[in-house]
Amino acid sequence: MVATFEPKKTYKVIGTRPIRHDGYDKVTGRALYGADLKLPGQVWGAVLRSPYAHANITRMDTSEAEKYPGVLAVVTAKDMPKAESKMVDLGEGTVNEKHEVDRIMASDKIVFRGQPVAAVAAVDRNTAEEAVKLIRVEYQPLQPVLTVEEAMAKGAPIILPDLVGDDLGEKVKKTNMAKHFRHEFGDVEKGFSQAKHIVERTFKMSMTHQGYIEPHNAVAMWDEDNRLRIWTGTQGAFAVRKQMAGILKLDESRVKVTPMEIGGGFGGKIPVYLEPIAALLSKKCRRPVKLVMERKAVFESTGPAPGGTLRVKVGVDASGKITAAASDMKLEAGGFPGSAVGAAAMCIYSPYNIPNTTIDGWDIVVNKPKSAPYRAPGAPQAHFAMESVIDELCEKGGWDPIDFRLKNSAKEGTRRGDGVKFGSIGNVDVLKAASRSPHWKSVLNKDTTDGKKRGRGIASGYWFNIGLKSAVTLSANNDGTVSLVEGSTDIGGSRASIAMQAAEVLGIPALDVRPTVADTEGVAYNDVTGGSRTTYATGFAAYEAAIKMVEELKARAARIWNQDPSDILFKDGVFSAKKDSELRLNFKELSKKLGETGGPVTVTGSVDLSTGGGAYGAHIVDVEVDTETGKVEILRYTIVQDVGKAIHPSYVEGQMQGGVVQGIGWALNEEYFMTKEGTMANSSFLDYRMPTTLDLPKIETVIVEVFNPGHPFGVRGVGEVPIAPPIAAIGNALHDALGVRLVETPFKPGRIMEALEAQSKAAAVKPKR
Amino acid sequence: MVHVKTTINGQPAEFLVPAYLSLLDTIREVVGLTGAKEGCLDGNCGACTVILNGRIVDSCLVLGAEANGGEITTVEGLATPDALHPLQQAFLEEAALQCGICTPGFLVSAAALLKREPKANEQRIRHWLAGNLCRCTGYDKIVRAVIKAEDMSSQLSKSKAKVAAKPTAKSSASPKASSVRSSGRSGSGRK
Amino acid sequence: MHPFAYVEPKTVKEAVAALSKYGDKARPLAGGTDLLVQTRAGRFNLDAVVNLKKIPELMSVKLDANGLEVGAAVPCYRVYEDPKVSAAFPGLIDAASLIGGIQIQSRASMGGNLCNSSPSADATCPMIVHNGVAVIAGPKGTRKVAIEEFCTGPGKNALAAGEFVVTLQFPKPSPTFGAAYERFIPRNEMDIAVVGVASSVTLDAAGKTIKNARIALAAVGPIPIYAVAASEWLKGKPANEASIAQAAAMAKAAARPITDMRGTIEQRKHLVEVLARRTLTKAIERARGK
Repeated sequence: MVATFEPKKTYKVIGTRPIRHDGYDKVTGRALYGADLKLPGQVWGAVLRSPYAHANITRMDTSEAEKYPGVLAVVTAKDMPKAESKMVDLGEGTVNEKHEVDRIMASDKIVFRGQPVAAVAAVDRNTAEEAVKLIRVEYQPLQPVLTVEEAMAKGAPIILPDLVGDDLGEKVKKTNMAKHFRHEFGDVEKGFSQAKHIVERTFKMSMTHQGYIEPHNAVAMWDEDNRLRIWTGTQGAFAVRKQMAGILKLDESRVKVTPMEIGGGFGGKIPVYLEPIAALLSKKCRRPVKLVMERKAVFESTGPAPGGTLRVKVGVDASGKITAAASDMKLEAGGFPGSAVGAAAMCIYSPYNIPNTTIDGWDIVVNKPKSAPYRAPGAPQAHFAMESVIDELCEKGGWDPIDFRLKNSAKEGTRRGDGVKFGSIGNVDVLKAASRSPHWKSVLNKDTTDGKKRGRGIASGYWFNIGLKSAVTLSANNDGTVSLVEGSTDIGGSRASIAMQAAEVLGIPALDVRPTVADTEGVAYNDVTGGSRTTYATGFAAYEAAIKMVEELKARAARIWNQDPSDILFKDGVFSAKKDSELRLNFKELSKKLGETGGPVTVTGSVDLSTGGGAYGAHIVDVEVDTETGKVEILRYTIVQDVGKAIHPSYVEGQMQGGVVQGIGWALNEEYFMTKEGTMANSSFLDYRMPTTLDLPKIETVIVEVFNPGHPFGVRGVGEVPIAPPIAAIGNALHDALGVRLVETPFKPGRIMEALEAQSKAAAVKPKR
Repeated sequence: MVHVKTTINGQPAEFLVPAYLSLLDTIREVVGLTGAKEGCLDGNCGACTVILNGRIVDSCLVLGAEANGGEITTVEGLATPDALHPLQQAFLEEAALQCGICTPGFLVSAAALLKREPKANEQRIRHWLAGNLCRCTGYDKIVRAVIKAEDMSSQLSKSKAKVAAKPTAKSSASPKASSVRSSGRSGSGRK
Repeated sequence: MHPFAYVEPKTVKEAVAALSKYGDKARPLAGGTDLLVQTRAGRFNLDAVVNLKKIPELMSVKLDANGLEVGAAVPCYRVYEDPKVSAAFPGLIDAASLIGGIQIQSRASMGGNLCNSSPSADATCPMIVHNGVAVIAGPKGTRKVAIEEFCTGPGKNALAAGEFVVTLQFPKPSPTFGAAYERFIPRNEMDIAVVGVASSVTLDAAGKTIKNARIALAAVGPIPIYAVAASEWLKGKPANEASIAQAAAMAKAAARPITDMRGTIEQRKHLVEVLARRTLTKAIERARGK
């Protein structure tokens, strides 16, 4: 992939704030999301889920459901193609084929509550939901394993009998440990021996959910020639195609996936859940089948972010230089392997330049839903642990937290904890901007009249961002507009940010590029909308296509003017002839002549980018705590973040604010509250307690632009960085307010009260100095 | 089956619904308007908010049968053929939506607020919208958009008053509509 | 949901007949904000839902010299948006204006909140401290039950088969009466009380001595708890911080909470004391006309 470009200071389109192309449909209710689709002859499905977190299925009887009036099909794991216990690539790294199939519908064993066991298709939704209750399943309940400690304990029940664990390269059988890896650089022992201050802490975290408002949905229909069509709200139509082909053992070419508008995903709508079930039901009843997941099932059986236990030890010498860091992170994979611990290891030390480091990561199977990517997977966990320890070290050494971070900042050439050397990064610029921000310069008034306590915290965060594959097609219309076809699901304004990059090159207004998100047969392969890659990589593909379109249009102008194509200039949206200044056509004028100069113009841009250009954020937060109840209010919040280049600043700010508010929820209240039986007790929006608008102040944003040399406009991924620092920032602010260090999430009121009580007991025991 | 006669977005509607069908499913499946969204089916997300007889309700917690004799407004009923509702315009200009699934619920809730309290302050807006969850935006831009819509509405009603004062002005809609659109264009970066 | 019939009686008599006909396969529908959620979750397998909102008595709000009578199906907003009611019944207003969000308040009724009989119901405790009485209709005629005697267990209450609550009656408070309700929730809206406390006081004319007091506790027992000992103790005590603190400690002793996802036993007991103090303080301020 070759692109020629140079950083440009001023742009006509980039950096402006046009109304997004899909906006009108979305404010008028016209936009079609997955659940809005209604195909001719469409019927409804419903799924039966396991009430146990860990059990063997001993018997299943579907006969009553089959007899229920209105029922058209009943399916169980027996209707799935036979899966073998072998590793296959389903687009998200390699997975065990049997695990992946069992995750969709359990064949013999239940490994998390809510795991599907059977499904029904019926004439309407209510009939399907009533009929599914008539399926009789007998279970042999087993002891659930709910924490990484329980899972790793000697004699722990083995969740997956066929799991072969990888312990630093050694194969391990009869284990709940899927993987243990280590990154080691320098000499940690020596590093710690040079340290004046050492802080070591262990942190515990609960699973949290992405919390998208739109439940999972799918419509499936088998064509008469045995081709499968899927309509779904997904972060990646091609990822769905690959997973469907793998799970159902079909050629990918037999599966066509149409991405509907998607109501939030945050990583959680990359794995398929309902799609294969809808397909099985449709195959059996030969009708289009629609499934919409109930909210309880979304919590119980779709991917949360892993919880787990993280230990971090950091040493600092007398001058304030970090000499060594060691950490181990045990993250909950859920019922099948695959937590985000690998990514957590890539992030944990990234804001710093540390000569001696070790990281041990463990991926642990527990009887909870299989974890899925959630916005910067692993980074919030890693940064919570690391940034809390850094805060404590700053306090010990009496260092200003920004000065300390600047002094130890990672820069170009610094080695990341997993060994990768950084390219151009903006951590220093972010920290400097944070120190100049009105928030940091302001003085927090700690005097309250009502006994409440206030504190301020700061934390850094990093996400590496990914590149990968994208393709975009541009077609010139004869009215001077351009149709843009892309394959990246638009989850929050990316149609606009992609179209704007093409418009910039073509010299036309943003809204004259009309973007469409195509199905898997309408555009070449695109990786998922995830990893903060869409505006970066798909935007890059749009840029490439636009460059090609300019070349093609130059050729057309040359033909009209009888000039050599190399003698055609294109500047500020105007084509002109080098040798005859009279010959000028703007983009729109030239577009009208395409029919007479060789027919339609259509071009394709395609990229495969190895890296995304990592990015940093620094967050500042002021909190107020009611020390009688433990309730926390967020008084003020400022996000400082390097975005490379803000294509559409409004949506960049929106990503920053949205990510932070998810982080605030994670910090303060959100958790999987598990009963000892392995049931999530709070599986509703009532008790899962995501922040409402009344729980938040305005969220201030400071956009820092450090050009990313890997992108023509310098774009870096934006969406994930903002969820990395908030937990630690809030924990640090609570420490500032209360003098207690919170080491377990969420920092819910009861937990804060317990910490305060422990503090006052400790103070009573200690003699006063 | 229950026989229901109702008015939806100003249009009379008459249909039969199963007694158990929620107003949400009635609107989506029977009437065929899919702007109101299903998010939780237990009244905790507000994505299904509609106005029923002048009050916002979670339509997942109302039976379709209860709409008999009532008046319903959904997101599809906010815009006129000539112009978007000021809230819709403000949401677009302020980028107050990302994925858009909660947007219809927020617009309907906010429209009901603006109708009764055209100058609600930020705190009141946040209180009124607490029954609507958004997971994408962090609410900041939503609140800003509602405040902007209040300003747009008050300018609109001022110009309406002016137009109404002129006996010759027949259509009061067009002048304001264009003033709203032009402010939309200024935010579009097309200048 | 199990397919059910929809019945819309126009009179109390018709409603009694409908509920009697279906027995425990029928439930009355007021705001529906609990009923539809619970039916969907499979708690009820209903053959009929009886919508009470077409019965005039259940939808009326009457305020006269004797006091307040609120129809059992009157949605919360009609209670708190009525300036006369809100001036005279502050404890009820505190509750009605924080149940759910605005959407829920458009539908949910205090009568429904009572009949759902959740220990954490926000409306029940304020009704207790406002000396409320439920007027119940049934196959055997009409009877009255004091609110503090209405709930008998989680989701259980004094209603017999075929019975339903028609109205809620509250005596007119004296000019030196004040009441308040506060709940503790981790968020600021849209939550179920971890603990709720309602308090009311009637002061002497000088505003110095407590003539009468009532304290009721939500979410700290199988039913909303009328804290009798603390309430009785306050009678005749000076309206000051020391009395408040002692009563709050006694209220704490009356709490019998459990540990669950919303809070622990210790946390809840502690919160009872905090909220009892806060609501008594507020009730006294209100009684003094502040």
